[in-house]
Amino acid sequence: MGGRIVADARFCTGCRYCEIICSLFHEKKVNPRKARIKVISDLPKGVDNPKVCHQCINPPCMKACPQGAIEFDKILKIPVIIEDRCIGCKACVEACPFGEMFFDQERNVALKCDLCQGDPQCVKFCRALPHIGRSALTYVKK
Amino acid sequence: MIGGYAGKILWIDLTSKKSKETKLDFGMARKFMGGRGLAAKILFNQLPPKVDPLSPENPLIFATGVLTGCPAPGANRTVIVTKSPQTGIFLDTYAGGHLGPEIKFAGYDVMVIEGKAKKPTYIQILDENVSFKDATHLWGKDCWETETMIKKEIGDNEARVAVIGPAGENLVKFACVSTDYFHQFGRGGAGAVMGAKNLKGVVVRGTKSLHIAHPEKLVQFLLDKIEWKFTKGPNAEMVKDRIKYGTPLTMDFTQTIGILPTRNFQSGQFDEYNEIDGYAFREKAVVADKSCYSCNTSCTKFSVVKEGVYKGLSLVGPEYETNAMLGSNVGNSKLDLIIKANEICDRLGIDTISAGNVIGFAMECYEKGILTKKECDGLELNFGNMEAAFKLMHKIAYRESIGDIFAEGLNQAAKKINKGSEKFAMQVKGLEYPAYEPRGSPAFALLYAITDRGACHRRGWPVIIESRKYKPGTVEGRAQLVKELYDNRTLLHCIGVCDMPYNVAGIDQGDIAQLLSAVTGWDITVEELSLLAERVASLIRAFNVREGIRRADDTLAWRTMHEPLPSGPNKGQFISEEILNVMLDQYYQLRGWDISTGVPLPETLTKLGLDDVRSELERHGCF
Repeated sequence: MGGRIVADARFCTGCRYCEIICSLFHEKKVNPRKARIKVISDLPKGVDNPKVCHQCINPPCMKACPQGAIEFDKILKIPVIIEDRCIGCKACVEACPFGEMFFDQERNVALKCDLCQGDPQCVKFCRALPHIGRSALTYVKK
Repeated sequence: MIGGYAGKILWIDLTSKKSKETKLDFGMARKFMGGRGLAAKILFNQLPPKVDPLSPENPLIFATGVLTGCPAPGANRTVIVTKSPQTGIFLDTYAGGHLGPEIKFAGYDVMVIEGKAKKPTYIQILDENVSFKDATHLWGKDCWETETMIKKEIGDNEARVAVIGPAGENLVKFACVSTDYFHQFGRGGAGAVMGAKNLKGVVVRGTKSLHIAHPEKLVQFLLDKIEWKFTKGPNAEMVKDRIKYGTPLTMDFTQTIGILPTRNFQSGQFDEYNEIDGYAFREKAVVADKSCYSCNTSCTKFSVVKEGVYKGLSLVGPEYETNAMLGSNVGNSKLDLIIKANEICDRLGIDTISAGNVIGFAMECYEKGILTKKECDGLELNFGNMEAAFKLMHKIAYRESIGDIFAEGLNQAAKKINKGSEKFAMQVKGLEYPAYEPRGSPAFALLYAITDRGACHRRGWPVIIESRKYKPGTVEGRAQLVKELYDNRTLLHCIGVCDMPYNVAGIDQGDIAQLLSAVTGWDITVEELSLLAERVASLIRAFNVREGIRRADDTLAWRTMHEPLPSGPNKGQFISEEILNVMLDQYYQLRGWDISTGVPLPETLTKLGLDDVRSELERHGCF
């Protein structure tokens, strides 16, 4: 187990299927604002950049959390959020050097990629561009 | 709770600067689904006949479909429905991008904008907070500048907008509405309706969630059957080509079968087509493959001019229609000049299809001596002179000299210019032909004649089926084919999705019924969907009938009906009155419309559950 989702902006079309599916899987409803992956777009330049957790071995988010709400999951071998302990202080959001920790304003909790328990849904929906044979998201297992 | 829908309609009155919300009536929603159908019913109920489209009374309706925002292929469409200032009848005009989903996340299925602001205004919608913002400083700015300025002003780069440029402000009859910079509600002049309301733009941001009735079922269906259709099914190769070349791939078909409009529809093939077709486009200009929301048929192409005067210019596009209308149709074989023309239209906020058609017409007038250099304000409007075309576009948008005449649209311009030019004014009901030469395609000819909003290519796309299945010069099967394609499209336009992924991958009505059932929780059948398409077709026809449209209006440009194609595989073909009449008879019969008048029969309306529409037509003495 373990691993991470690697994003390659060159092949990102900005369709947001990743955000849509992420929110549907985790929240059981569609709301890109509640996704654990985020595409940052610069429309006039034609650039779309997917941001998703690097699954650091030595995570700044975990260190920053005053509540111990981010722990290494024994099975997944990645840092995960224990939502019950999260107080919504956003220390983790500020600590992430990549801007890949997100936040649910409505529920007041931090949102972090948990690889959908080892089967990332966003990767399944990120179809390869058939003429190039590459997609923006790849699941690299450890 | 029914899945997919946001559940509310937002009513905005610019005159009183007030807004209110009403609950979506789910009985009505099931009957019309959303998008074109639902908005058409609202317009039919809301707008009495014979109202000036540029008056405050004409509502501007932004409608999403039930699937808009959901994880279904191409589920990103917003339609603007209004009475067109260009045709004086029903208008539905669509855009992709991300606006529609954002409207849903703000909590609305439909937004109805009425009245007229006292001074330039933009409307800001942040969930249920609606505010009216001064847009005096934005008036005169082009579409791209306006979008950037509004986003900066509200401090949110992720907000979605619908804006107009100078053309909309100056009430140009084919002014478009722009969203996400590169997506346009292109046809029929919705931009002028906004301009007449002093409405520079609408900006939307939402934080709400969309409910899906059966998420697991939906995801499984998408990953199994739908994924198979895109990647392994019989259409997989077609999908691959469409993604690689985008819509410009179409030029390969239209040139081959001889229906590529060339020099104002004088012929159907362009000698230098391979300078501007999909292959040239991919090789010379495309630098990235892009998509609208929830779509992986990435037909949105980000392109850059790589050399010449306009080196460095970048945008999304041009689409096939633009390549043809501002390429072959104006005698231009330079791709970089098409991209420049595309940019000018996008910034000014004019529809590239109508622009290319109008300029092609102006060029034919000029070459025939109907318009002189002096009358053209010094422009030498020979075919292929794109620098003159660029100047004409500006004159149109700002209504300067000759531009003021063309700003009224082709139909009005030809009437004014006269001198026999009406014979080659390529339009139906006031809407300029798009990029298919109908003399080589009786099915396209019929589509142009019967489409509610005037000559249109997005109500069916018979190109390939017709050329494979039927002999040229015959009418066999065309009415049936057009009706089937039309009904398919109507369905897509009601549920809020783009036609591209559905047609390319072959996602059929059975698949759509499953998608809709998983999203809404309703048990939706194919039979219900075909009845829906019929219902919406007759409803919109009834709207147009109430405005005065009858069989005689379902016609074609003089050239199409009298001048044989001079060359190409369809040499000698034209759509005679007799041919058109046979197709119209058959089409009306299939629809249950009166053959002599083209008015939906009272019993047809009743059968379709449109008794209220029937009474309304009776009240106006339409039968």
